[in-house]
Amino acid sequence: MSDAGTLDRDTTANARQPGARFAVFSSAFAVGLILPLATAILYEAAFRLGLVQARLLPPPSRVFATLWELAASGELLTHVVATSLRVLSGFAIGSGVGMVLGAVTGSSTAARRFLDPTLQALRAIPSLAWVPLFILWLGIFESSKIALIAVGVFFPVYLGVMGAIANVDRKIVEVGRVFRLSRAALARRVLLPAILPDFIIAIRSGLGLGFMFVVAAELMGASEGLGYLLVDGQQLGKPAQILAAIIAFAVIGKLFDWIIVAASKPFLSWQDTHQRGA
Amino acid sequence: MLSIDQICKIYPNGTHALDKIALDVGAGEIVSLVGGSGCGKTTLLRMISGLESPTRGAVSLDGDVILAPHPAVGIVFQEARLLPWLTVAENIAFGLDHLPKTERDKRVDEALLRVGLSGYGKRWPRELSGGQAQRVAIVRALVAQPKALLLDEPFSALDALTRASLQDHLLALWDAHRPTMVLVTHDVEEAVLLADRAIVLQPRPGRIFADIPIELPRPRDRLSPEFADAKRMVMHALDGSLSQPTPTKSGKATQPAGWW
Repeated sequence: MSDAGTLDRDTTANARQPGARFAVFSSAFAVGLILPLATAILYEAAFRLGLVQARLLPPPSRVFATLWELAASGELLTHVVATSLRVLSGFAIGSGVGMVLGAVTGSSTAARRFLDPTLQALRAIPSLAWVPLFILWLGIFESSKIALIAVGVFFPVYLGVMGAIANVDRKIVEVGRVFRLSRAALARRVLLPAILPDFIIAIRSGLGLGFMFVVAAELMGASEGLGYLLVDGQQLGKPAQILAAIIAFAVIGKLFDWIIVAASKPFLSWQDTHQRGA
Repeated sequence: MLSIDQICKIYPNGTHALDKIALDVGAGEIVSLVGGSGCGKTTLLRMISGLESPTRGAVSLDGDVILAPHPAVGIVFQEARLLPWLTVAENIAFGLDHLPKTERDKRVDEALLRVGLSGYGKRWPRELSGGQAQRVAIVRALVAQPKALLLDEPFSALDALTRASLQDHLLALWDAHRPTMVLVTHDVEEAVLLADRAIVLQPRPGRIFADIPIELPRPRDRLSPEFADAKRMVMHALDGSLSQPTPTKSGKATQPAGWW
């Protein structure tokens, strides 16, 4: 996403023709690919020429061969599904609770005074410190992993929603009051659309943390999942498998993020930013 | 009739914003509130709109006491305050949810036409200039067909040319239904151009200093000597309101706080 901003700024001059816009988009995309591709090709070449010992850092061809093997055997799918399910369950719980508590503390000063100090104190605890407790309470299987992910997702969503609601422009809310909107109508017609951009950012950072914590959870003991592939690769000395798992993480992380962005885009086309969609 | 009956406003921090303001505005009359900064013009307007309530006294419209925003009172703020996630047409229709869709669309189209923005209905507010946005804000208040329209320095953020054209637009819109209008401004020329009466307020606490009728026929010629006379009269009252000694509790006169 960070590249999209600079891309669109470059293309505003050409924004009139979709074709020209796409051409600029794809050439800018290509520029971004030069560094990683050149590095990969050079390393591959160095390996083929026998210039490097590839025992610890396998060449791209071997990494992709491993990835292909894992995919062909269906093993990759099992691990991707296991990891995705954990992230999604943790994300659903963490972001759901985060949204509700963020909405409560953001809209009521009394609730903020009552709840927020405790939640901020809990936030100060490094989330991984909960692991031993979660394992004691919930066992070593799915529940403790999902709980850890949910904790990771909760805080950015909670903070984002609370901040977004508390920062809604008083002047805009007043317009709703002038037209005598009920509380429900005010929430639906003014507050929700006003917080939507910040809310999307909050759940995107929540999802990012969800992926961070699924790795932590799976490193600590799992029989399937991409984190398991990482540990397995380390213990059996298979760096290609580790890199393959890392690539799979990158791809599904990016995919989930893209789904959120794409799903929210139609609702955000009004935004007055440099990232103009329409 | 809009009647403001002896209202006082004292904020919890002790600031005495308004003191015994009494003012009647007849149906269809245009009144402008003029005064230096901090004299409570905007506070008074917010009181009339029902966004704030007076500490003592009451505001009523045709006998109906205003305690909260009232369906028959519209307000236009200094900024357009359009909702950025609604199109121009949706913004104008914002207060018309209770009407059937055909009636809503009809009023919106008519309003856009009236302010020279037909064809702009599907645009986003971000695509409008300051003057266009303020025109949309004015018709958003007017499509609800209020009996009273309040305007809080609606043109102060615009350049002189745009301001002059919007003042004409406003008079034309007013002429269609002739709502009562209360206009807060710090621009004497604007007050004289638009209003039937200029009320000059005096600061600390806000009180009425002078009530100057402006009996010039419309359309008014900004360059006529009568216009200049009326302007001079309001200007003179404004000067008087600012140099008047402010009475304190002990009854002693002190100079306005301008010693630095």
